Amino acid sequence: MLARRIIPCLDVRDGKVVKGVRFRDHRIVGDIVELAVRYRQEGADELVFYDITASPQNRSVDVTWVKRVAAELDIPFCVAGGIRSVDHAKRVLEAGADKISVNTPAVRRPSLIDELVSEVGTQCVVVGIDSDTVDGEYSVHANAGDPAQTEIISRRTLAWIAEVQERGAGEIVLNCMSHDGVRTGYDTEQLAAAREVCDVPLIASGGAGSANHFADAFADTGVDGCLAASVFHSGELAIPELKRYLLSRGVRVRLNSYATDRDKNQHDGRIQA
Amino acid sequence: MIAVVEATGSNFSSVRFALRRLKADVTVTNDWSVISEADHVILPGVGSAAAAMEKLHDAGLAQRIPSLTQPVLGICLGMQVMFAHSEEGDTRCLGIFAGNVTRLTTAPGLPVPHMGWNTVGSEWAYFVHAYAAAPGPGTVATTEYGNAFSSIVCRDNFTGVQFHPERSAEFGSRILQSFVTDSIRNPTWISSLQST
Repeated sequence: MLARRIIPCLDVRDGKVVKGVRFRDHRIVGDIVELAVRYRQEGADELVFYDITASPQNRSVDVTWVKRVAAELDIPFCVAGGIRSVDHAKRVLEAGADKISVNTPAVRRPSLIDELVSEVGTQCVVVGIDSDTVDGEYSVHANAGDPAQTEIISRRTLAWIAEVQERGAGEIVLNCMSHDGVRTGYDTEQLAAAREVCDVPLIASGGAGSANHFADAFADTGVDGCLAASVFHSGELAIPELKRYLLSRGVRVRLNSYATDRDKNQHDGRIQA
Repeated sequence: MIAVVEATGSNFSSVRFALRRLKADVTVTNDWSVISEADHVILPGVGSAAAAMEKLHDAGLAQRIPSLTQPVLGICLGMQVMFAHSEEGDTRCLGIFAGNVTRLTTAPGLPVPHMGWNTVGSEWAYFVHAYAAAPGPGTVATTEYGNAFSSIVCRDNFTGVQFHPERSAEFGSRILQSFVTDSIRNPTWISSLQST
């Protein structure tokens, strides 16, 4: 049976991880490959790199860092952020990423999804959706990464989920904006509604603050994976502990041998956040 | 030297990188003279069965690959095209393994593509696919997703894995390492898998 996935998300700018990440014994700042490998060793099931590099028009896209990650990492990873064209997507995939994720550019021009799918295949195309309640209905937002530029799109989230699947998206990441950054738990109500209309893998995003939030999301909504950033990067929640907790809650997760041994060896090594 | 067949995959960087981590000498090629002389051959696979078979025909490889005698490993789509037929695009395939590749059935709780980590024996492997082969004569391991499907098939010098060893952490590295270093038949990773 398929395991539920735990997916740390790292912000990347100009080929470097923007915020430092605290692991048990030390803090790693900047080096993207070191961080990726460390998360893999901790038992992450895949990684998402959210590229926040400002990309002025006509500037050729730098995929060197994608190659460096791909050369070292032996778990899947997805690159999100700033991908607006098939050409760009292909360069990222050819550099060794397993998936690319599109969000605002797909909202602006939905046929981008069809083009990507026909060129690189369903399994490589993830659609990210930023969603929040407007007038009592879940609604799609664009440019949600930048509060100053965020705008409400006249699309309902559930209809958009149906549409992107018809266009061939292989996976959907639903970021519930009202929960994002507040760490009070995932928006289980919205995720459950999304699950009803989503036949491809669905990943929860926004709101993780503790282990029980992950367990609740899996139990209450049937999502395939949970994406999180700060709760991992701050060192507050280590993935081996999270996975052991999820197992105790009856959630099927992958425990790799490294994480298991490490957990046994460092049972008392609580995180010094 | 390991020949990675270019025709069956648009995205083989990860396979190439994984083999390089094992210090293997890798050539990505459609050239039969290179493939036939290679110590090992890998059919990677991302894309559709029809497109892959068309490219194999165009490169003059479709008739020849089944005649290879060195170890051949098909990964994901590269495994699927080793079967007789794929439902994906109603495509006639290489026929190294009897049987057909069919689409996975979507059901509540079973999204398609089947994407993520699932078990092969006692091991975890990373899968991304919407089609699979039912268990058959060549099956040495199955994986459950609604129904059981073939996750490893083996016949003579041909091995197919439905998952991505290049993205399956320790287990995947072990498979590739064994494929690179083992002599021709009965790779040790399969026997170790069956004993668990």
